[in-house]
Amino acid sequence: MAALRGVGIGQGVATGPVQRMAEALPAPEQAPSTAGAAAERVRVQEAISHVAADLTRRAGAVDGAAAEVLEAQAMIAEDPTLADEVEERIAAGSTAEWAVHDAFAGFRASLEAVGGYLGERAADLDDIAQRVLARLRGVPAPGVPDPGHPFVLVARDLAPADTALLDLDKVLALVTTDGGPTSHTAILAREKGIIALVGAGDATVLTDGETVIVDAASGTVTTEPTAEELERAAARAAERRAADDAPPSPGALADGTPVALLANLGKPGDAADAVARGAEGVGLFRTEFLFLSATHAPTVSQQREAYRELLSAFAGRKVVVRVLDAGADKPLPFLNDAHEENPALGLRGLRALRASEDILREQLTALAEADAETEADLWVMAPMVATVEETAYFTALAREHGLRTAGIMVEVPASALLSERLLAHADFASIGTNDLTQYTMAADRLLGSVASFQDPWHPAVLRLVAEVARAGGALGKPVGVCGEAAADPLLAVVLAGLGVGSLSMAPAALADVRHALAAHTLDDARRIAAAALDADDAAAARAAALDAAG
Amino acid sequence: MTALTRTVRIGSSHGLHARPAKLFAQAAKETGIPVTIAKDSGKAVNAASILGVIALGLEQGDYATLTAEGDTAEAALDLLSDLLSTDHDEGAA
Repeated sequence: MAALRGVGIGQGVATGPVQRMAEALPAPEQAPSTAGAAAERVRVQEAISHVAADLTRRAGAVDGAAAEVLEAQAMIAEDPTLADEVEERIAAGSTAEWAVHDAFAGFRASLEAVGGYLGERAADLDDIAQRVLARLRGVPAPGVPDPGHPFVLVARDLAPADTALLDLDKVLALVTTDGGPTSHTAILAREKGIIALVGAGDATVLTDGETVIVDAASGTVTTEPTAEELERAAARAAERRAADDAPPSPGALADGTPVALLANLGKPGDAADAVARGAEGVGLFRTEFLFLSATHAPTVSQQREAYRELLSAFAGRKVVVRVLDAGADKPLPFLNDAHEENPALGLRGLRALRASEDILREQLTALAEADAETEADLWVMAPMVATVEETAYFTALAREHGLRTAGIMVEVPASALLSERLLAHADFASIGTNDLTQYTMAADRLLGSVASFQDPWHPAVLRLVAEVARAGGALGKPVGVCGEAAADPLLAVVLAGLGVGSLSMAPAALADVRHALAAHTLDDARRIAAAALDADDAAAARAAALDAAG
Repeated sequence: MTALTRTVRIGSSHGLHARPAKLFAQAAKETGIPVTIAKDSGKAVNAASILGVIALGLEQGDYATLTAEGDTAEAALDLLSDLLSTDHDEGAA
């Protein structure tokens, strides 16, 4: 009956038993045993047998490489050399906890000393040591749990390594107590279409095995659900599955006003999935993947091949490519290796490219060559544009390379306020709401302590979006949104009401946004947008929009 | 009872790392007799210890010395040297 609140990602609903993810255990203290060596020996043997049996059981439930790894883990837990090392420490008077911790640390150091492949395996030892320690202390083992059945994962937050291991067939929904709508976990959930609720601080009260309903649309976790609530949730989940299976149509409001639904992509290989989900084109193609692994820039021909692969998947459709956006959260040593106190306000985006114009020219050359060989409608845009002069610089340079459509990303409040002047030079504007929110609210989007400020629903952010849309309308220049905001179905309706003509998002979010747009006419959307603009803060704007949307 | 000793060349193309080390240590354990393995003339470790075997850092082409003691030592060494000289990673790449 009771409901816990958080920020829902997407519109899904799921029901299932809770399984909490345990935190990493702190290292034990090196204190002499008070129980005596005999008792410590019994404890450690029980813990090791338990962990080995558990790993063997898990190995039996999977196939192939995963099974091999788990079997090896089980063997390591019961390793005789390890047992000797543990015994030596217990005989010398240490506790079972310290003996296990210290013996594993010794093996870890010797593997790291060998280096290479073996050095990478050192982390596997930590996992086994943590499992044995958890058993000794009578607490759950850290990491993503594996209860052997589908479950609702409840965690403080997920590390990238944890998310890589998530079994999407087993994780029905994800609830985190920390993190905001633009956290790593939220972005991953959106990309993979995982039903998620982030920043649900009260979720710490949830216990293993209790059944809950996670409703991303309303941003709630319902505990002790009634039979009726369970039935309603099941019906909605079935309805959504049916909608997912229906062939996607182009994005439009209920009265037929088109709102193009585009995909945010990070590499050409993701194109097929986007097309299958009904993306009408690409609203943001990030080119960083070509650069991030390199200590130097890729060649023109390497880039051309990647762009050609992407453009080939979208013949006859719009593809907006953003030139390299380096700096702040994604520094590139060959562009800017200076230490900056405040990288979000430093030499990043177009500023960094201008300082290394060769790299920008090479990228534009490769894009123009790929464009000439393919049938897509290629648009290029520059990130982090702050001034009219930067706009004129980039668009002139793009046209000099033969690129027909050159635009800017609006991520800095200055560009939003002067968008009418900027759009006099640019062919289009694409609003990056993540950075626009960060700069409007003066809140570092990577800093958890100010995550509550990072909400694109804030009326100050919405007013800036409204101004850009107005300027675009007045000049007849297209204005789109390509931040996380576009993937929030209700906010998507607000954006359409503000006059935004295209929304670009992770492909997994397309179905929900398409569905939300189709439920409202342009007049509705304008009314909902006006209600949100008139609010005092982000929460009030969301509530007012929800109310106006009825 | 005297200990039998045999020297073998490592066949596994990725050396005696996780998977081949696991197969080897498992087999050594299943012989039921004490078996040790050493790299060249280095310190001998318990062959049934996956951690000990991994930490030797044996690469393809390295020489390993096996020592076994017991009635079945001969058969155990036959089996284990076969395992060491086989390339378990063949075709896996």
